[in-house]
Amino acid sequence: MTERSRAESGPAHKTLEIGMGLLIGVFGLIVIFGSLKAGINWGPEGPRAGFFPFYIGAAIVAASAINVWNAQRDDDGRLFAEWGQLRQVMSVVVPTAIYVGTMPFIGLYVGSMLFIAWFMRWLGGYRWLTVAAVAVGMPVVTYLVFERWFLVPLPKGPLEEWLGL
Amino acid sequence: MEELANLFHGFAVALQPYNIMLMVIGITLGVLIGVLPGLGGANGVAILLPLTFSMPPTSAIIMLSCIYWGALFGGAITSILFNIPGEPWSVATTFDGYPMAQQGKPGEALTAAFTSSFVGALFAVVMITLVAPLVAGFALRFGPAEKFAVYFLAFCSFVGLSKEPPFKTIAAMMIGFALAAVGLDSITGQLRLTFGITELLNGFDFLIAVIGLFGIGEILLTMEEGLAFRGGKASINLRVVLQTWRELPAYWMTSLRSCLIGCWMGVTPAGATPASFMSYGIAKRLARRGNNFGKGEIEGVIAPETAAHAAGTAALLPMLSLGVPGSPTAAVLLGGLLIWGLQPGPMLFVEQKEFVWGLIASMYLGNLVGLIVVLTCVPIFAAILRVPFGIIAPLILVLCAIGAYSVHNSTFDVMLMLVFGVIGYLLKKCNYPLAPLVLAIVLGDKAEEAFRQSLLGSQGSLGVFFSNGLVSTIMALGLVALFWSAIQEGYSRLRTSMA
Repeated sequence: MTERSRAESGPAHKTLEIGMGLLIGVFGLIVIFGSLKAGINWGPEGPRAGFFPFYIGAAIVAASAINVWNAQRDDDGRLFAEWGQLRQVMSVVVPTAIYVGTMPFIGLYVGSMLFIAWFMRWLGGYRWLTVAAVAVGMPVVTYLVFERWFLVPLPKGPLEEWLGL
Repeated sequence: MEELANLFHGFAVALQPYNIMLMVIGITLGVLIGVLPGLGGANGVAILLPLTFSMPPTSAIIMLSCIYWGALFGGAITSILFNIPGEPWSVATTFDGYPMAQQGKPGEALTAAFTSSFVGALFAVVMITLVAPLVAGFALRFGPAEKFAVYFLAFCSFVGLSKEPPFKTIAAMMIGFALAAVGLDSITGQLRLTFGITELLNGFDFLIAVIGLFGIGEILLTMEEGLAFRGGKASINLRVVLQTWRELPAYWMTSLRSCLIGCWMGVTPAGATPASFMSYGIAKRLARRGNNFGKGEIEGVIAPETAAHAAGTAALLPMLSLGVPGSPTAAVLLGGLLIWGLQPGPMLFVEQKEFVWGLIASMYLGNLVGLIVVLTCVPIFAAILRVPFGIIAPLILVLCAIGAYSVHNSTFDVMLMLVFGVIGYLLKKCNYPLAPLVLAIVLGDKAEEAFRQSLLGSQGSLGVFFSNGLVSTIMALGLVALFWSAIQEGYSRLRTSMA
């Protein structure tokens, strides 16, 4: 069993370590596969495009095999993290994923406002007034600094279009 | 002496009011970046890099390198006042810095830290001024085989010197090389490893990787720990500063030793973090009051801070003269050079004299400005630290997204950044080092090019890497570095079996 009889429980470090090693190994295999497609032998112009990455892929597979072997050998019963901690991490990852996923459609400014507001209100537990001040203030400052001062365009959505910015 | 004239010309460039202003802005932003969790030197510089696209390269590098100095200074503030290292290289500073602050001597600890940082940086800059032109002149004669040997040495020293398990370092590094290979092959012009995904045609940009791995990854780690700041009050006044300055010369030996350790570790790409630990460890062993280390000994602040700053500065020496960055932040700066249309490496000293010497001069001035800014503004920075993480975290995430987007004006990159962030979190938790990964993404194409060109010249024989004295020496050094931990282990076993 991966869980220990303690007050805190969570996935074992060993499990994640092995999983990570396998994942990297698979990545190495993909690299090898891609290199084979590009050609790993010598062509008229010298080593072909897949020549170098092929050995890189082989090195990844070899290194991760050793890492997996090392990981399954020592079992110190450490936890990777507690479930509560992982929940905390996910509570940032999921909204951030929604934030970056919707960016092509609603733009960066509106997305940032909603994201900051959500974060501060639900994870930080701030008063609505504070939330509104930061959530509106930050994108406005961003607009002035990036678009006006340094002339760096940022993604905009329907709202900005409607405002004519 | 031609170098001296060049340096004076560099000072003339760096002292232009516009550049001085950028220096102050850079240092202030840098300290902020160093103080806030999740915004490290490498990541901070990467986010702000797009802002410099329209500036002249010399001004741009002055501002960005000053951000780097600022971040080096800033890490010490959180370590000493809050026992939270803002940067990995200031972990060793917490050992004695925080106890000093608790004993009511935060002013002394901060002054000692900042001054030591300044001394370390100054030592390294003087070294760069004297050594860089020589190294560059020497490197001008390098062919592709020698170039590859230098890359080989750089990456092998990662494996030998990092405290992570060697095969994890190798795995991380190779992932970086593989990511660098994705997209258009620079020699044959052929597409590879894209698997038909159009977004991957141009490959992975290391800036996105840096922002994701270091920025988002760090925030996720911090979230897990549920960070709560217990703010200490910071006050520095002139009396404390002067009094501490009077004490410091007594520790000149520790200082000098730390400078040397820092320079050495900075030039080899081990970086500032191991340098600070090593310097602290040696100081503890050699100091007269070594037993008191960890209980608030000022020498325990001087040693790691001097070494970290010397290493951070010295990391720019191989970047400028060989095109091989000594740290992730130096790698980001190198990426900046490429974006501004400059070719890093020895030719810089020939073709871009104004740029190189402007940068070197700005290192002297930037660190001086930095010392003044941090000594005078500590209370302000400490106050920023008391802003809770619940507000800071979303702002940093938004900043990371802006930074990632503005590199190529692509929302795909922003999603990629998040993916890198989650991967960075997992890798870090599983003890894989991130620095070699980033460096491999930056240098992958160049290393591959050098490798293939050397093989072309030799008709595919690997003997080309041992074909003359110079290249053999560098390769041999690389192999020693690669197997360093095995050699050490063998040696200690030999000693125990002899005894």
